[in-house]
Amino acid sequence: MKWALGCVLVALVALPAVLSSYALTLFILIFFYGFLGQAWNIVGGYAGQLSAGHAAFVGVGGYTAAVLSIELGLTPWIGMLVGGALAALLGAIIGYLGFRFGLRGFYFVLLTVAFAEICRVAVTNIDALGGPLGLYITFTGNPRQFQFQDGRAYYYIALALLLMATAIAWAIERRRFGVYLAAIREDEAAAEALGVNAFKYKMLAMVVSSFLTGLGGTFYAFYLFSLQPNTLFGIPLSVEIIIRPIVGGAGTLLGPILGSFILTPLAEVSRLYLGQEGLHGAHLIAYGVLLIAVVLFLPEGAYPRLVRVLARPARGGR
Amino acid sequence: MSLLEARGLSKRFGGVQAVAGLDLRIAAGEMLGLIGPNGAGKTTVFNLLSGFLPPDAGDVRLGGRSIVGLAPHAICRLGLARTFQIVRPFPRMTVLENVRVGALARHPHAPEALAHARDVVARVGLAAREQVAAGALTLPERKRLELARALATEPSLLLLDEVMAGLNPTEIETIIELIRGIHRTGVAILLIEHNMRAVMALSERIVVLSFGERIAEGAPAAIANHPKVVEAYLGDEYVRAAPA
Repeated sequence: MKWALGCVLVALVALPAVLSSYALTLFILIFFYGFLGQAWNIVGGYAGQLSAGHAAFVGVGGYTAAVLSIELGLTPWIGMLVGGALAALLGAIIGYLGFRFGLRGFYFVLLTVAFAEICRVAVTNIDALGGPLGLYITFTGNPRQFQFQDGRAYYYIALALLLMATAIAWAIERRRFGVYLAAIREDEAAAEALGVNAFKYKMLAMVVSSFLTGLGGTFYAFYLFSLQPNTLFGIPLSVEIIIRPIVGGAGTLLGPILGSFILTPLAEVSRLYLGQEGLHGAHLIAYGVLLIAVVLFLPEGAYPRLVRVLARPARGGR
Repeated sequence: MSLLEARGLSKRFGGVQAVAGLDLRIAAGEMLGLIGPNGAGKTTVFNLLSGFLPPDAGDVRLGGRSIVGLAPHAICRLGLARTFQIVRPFPRMTVLENVRVGALARHPHAPEALAHARDVVARVGLAAREQVAAGALTLPERKRLELARALATEPSLLLLDEVMAGLNPTEIETIIELIRGIHRTGVAILLIEHNMRAVMALSERIVVLSFGERIAEGAPAAIANHPKVVEAYLGDEYVRAAPA
């Protein structure tokens, strides 16, 4: 297992040397959306609290770093942490309202969507943040400004973000924190009866998840050089964040990564080919069909099924 | 001093006074039976004691400390554990993982908790099933799992809500032995049970509830022939018709 992990890591580090620039972009997106999915997975997967407004954290993180950089000249490397902290603060507010007042299931979903929409509408109407047109970042190619002449730098940063979030999820999973989150997901009242402070652990999960997602906002902004409220705070981004861990396997360590490897290329290919035919947004139809298929045939996601399929011949063979 | 002491405990649901001014004491290491007809308020009493419902009035003291207003998890950590009448296993976790959740309350490090959970699983006789998903267990096994999880929190008082319901006589015999074994280790037990034979055999003292009020209290033999108890279960016509 350790060997396999090592080999995969070496391969991923060496990969950019042989990739075309299009393939490099694709891998950056796979890692980045995998990272966002893994961040969501902590609260949405492990703790089972379906936040459908995680774009709000991307938006808060991205706008914070961008404004600090444009207005105050603060390097986005620090702005990233400030953005993460503000996203975590927003996560704590949403979590407090949802968990303190016992909002479950669809009601929590609605609360999170509502907050993301409030942020989007607010930012759209604040001129200092660029209003509906958003902010543009001038390209300098200066690494201090989170900008790179060489696209491979973004590849390594996205990979590092993904590995960091996965390491955090792994550490949570192995500790009491993770066991308690799973218990809360399965049956919150039963967990309470066994000494689990459900409110506290759900809050912690929300704060960690929103902080990581907020870090992603900086990457998003400085990779694309532009921020618009509709893209950074919009429901479509929230869907992009959620759908990968759900397809891959929510509440599993490798589910969000597998989900991103399945969905990101699918989205890019359908965007490329169907978009050229004038069928903009057709990849969303593909998402919808895939989501229905997953809910019907793989309700636990692809990863748990993959594990079982791989385990079968080993058991029979020995 | 009593381990648990409830005074004037009351709870009303709309027009129904589920529990009315109940006083209840349990000594350390005692085995107390709580019986009563359906709807007498037994499960509500459990919910009030374990913090799942706030009482309208009254006080509950555990080891001399008031626990009214504390959350269920905090009460659990103070040493009061409960089972649920309708068992609530974590279905996608294995038996061992289920019990580990309880064990983590006292052993915050996951490997230690796991070792402790393994002991508890063996104690309730589920060792052979420890890697099975809880959702795949039979009802008698689920009842044992429910017991094991509560036990893993190392309570000084264990509230058992109908752990024998739905079991056949042989299964009941084994679970009675199991409860006796737990009691012998010094854990006080408050038992809600519909199976009279079991509750008579196990309890040192029995409290009878009817319409939320305590109508009788005493040793099992005295309770079985208490006219008020017979009346509550069978109706007053039966009491008048039956020879004394």
